[in-house]
Amino acid sequence: MSGNMNLTLKVWRQKNGNDKGQLVNYPVKDVSPDMSFLEMFDVLNEELVQKGDEPIAFDHDCREGICGACSMFIDGRPHGPKEGITTCQLHMRSFKDGDTIVVEPWRAKAFPVVKDLVVDRSAFDRIMASGGFVSVNTGNAQDANNILVSKVDADQAFEAAACIGCGACVATCKNASAMLFVSAKVSQLALLPQGQPERMARVENMVAQMDKEGFGNCTNTGACEVECPKGISLENIARMNRDYLSASLT
Amino acid sequence: MSGSSSFFTSSLGRKYVMGITGIFLITFLIVHAGINALIFIDNTGALFNSAAHFMATNWVIRSMELVLFLGIILHIVQAVILTRQNKQARPQEYAYANANANSLWYSRSMGLLGTLILIFLIIHLGHFWVKARFGIPEGIPEGMNGEHDMFFEMKEVFSNLWVVVVYVLAMVSLAYHLLHGFQSSFQSLGLNHHKYTPAIKKIGIWYSIVISVVFALMPLYVYFFLKN
Repeated sequence: MSGNMNLTLKVWRQKNGNDKGQLVNYPVKDVSPDMSFLEMFDVLNEELVQKGDEPIAFDHDCREGICGACSMFIDGRPHGPKEGITTCQLHMRSFKDGDTIVVEPWRAKAFPVVKDLVVDRSAFDRIMASGGFVSVNTGNAQDANNILVSKVDADQAFEAAACIGCGACVATCKNASAMLFVSAKVSQLALLPQGQPERMARVENMVAQMDKEGFGNCTNTGACEVECPKGISLENIARMNRDYLSASLT
Repeated sequence: MSGSSSFFTSSLGRKYVMGITGIFLITFLIVHAGINALIFIDNTGALFNSAAHFMATNWVIRSMELVLFLGIILHIVQAVILTRQNKQARPQEYAYANANANSLWYSRSMGLLGTLILIFLIIHLGHFWVKARFGIPEGIPEGMNGEHDMFFEMKEVFSNLWVVVVYVLAMVSLAYHLLHGFQSSFQSLGLNHHKYTPAIKKIGIWYSIVISVVFALMPLYVYFFLKN
């Protein structure tokens, strides 16, 4: 088909966590500009399987930008050159014929490589779990209108809750810091009345778990905010810092 | 809840220390640059010398000098610890990272810029502070009122072109360090608000440029116009 592209992929191949790993060149021919980046990998993997080679392992699930699984560091940026999208939403029309594209896994001590482009992000799950539960009254459900939430707070809480835990913030941060993720998870409850009873304990425990997992510290470069597919704001990090100070003082 | 010890060793606690000491050092620079600027008002140096005499003898200022050194040391120690942790958080670097696509080079180079400023600071303290306080290698000559003639000493130091070049380059490092550091310290202290943050960022840019230019103009002015 006309308009199709020939590309060279440099993909990180690593057998397992103990393997050293290396970049391997793969020429891919006749790539449709309408393919998603993951579909191109599907085609490449089919070719590899047909040749009897090991297919490239990569994480993916929903393929519509809401699960956060597709972790690929493409040409030096998480989820590739476009902003506000995940890898599955990246289309090959963002590249041109003859391009060489470097694809690496997220790199952080807290995200060990499992195989090829797949990393273990369960550190995020442990941080979420350390936040604990939200107290709710049992018995009959009360009238929702009894709990007043301002539109501004509701919107900000919703924006924070849009975080899909993909780990792009950690991947792109020069310090592999998880502050944007943790602050979004702290903020989505801190902004709502339902999150108040455990607010202080939650932020303390989540920050403690974040530090324990070996993520780096925030130097406010703002790279995470730029690369976040859901546009999570740095204001969340400031809110987390405030809450953490209050929690430590009380 | 968990006490203060875990606060000060936590990632956020260390950032609080960086932010508070950073803002403290920012206020110090205003005082320092203000006194320096007196040479532009009175080029006989009498005004500058009496200000320097006041700073060297007033007990409040002398006490603050200790706090200042403590602030600088805390800022450096935390920076070293944080940087080491940050390096450990990514044991394997990317083969290719396009960091310029999402952040400014000087926001990523605070450690390097800070190190350059520290090297300058050691040279600078050697030029003036160590001589004035301890008379090493020799004391500052006395002026007409029996005070240290800091103005004379300054003219001596800045008669060397290389010293002037080092001072001016150091002020370029300072400007970039402040450009990121000013607004970053507010963010670390949790002071981010859609109403005030745009103003803080603007003030930070103006502050960084004005302070660094005032400092850099001093050796240039002395070298070209005020030789002993």
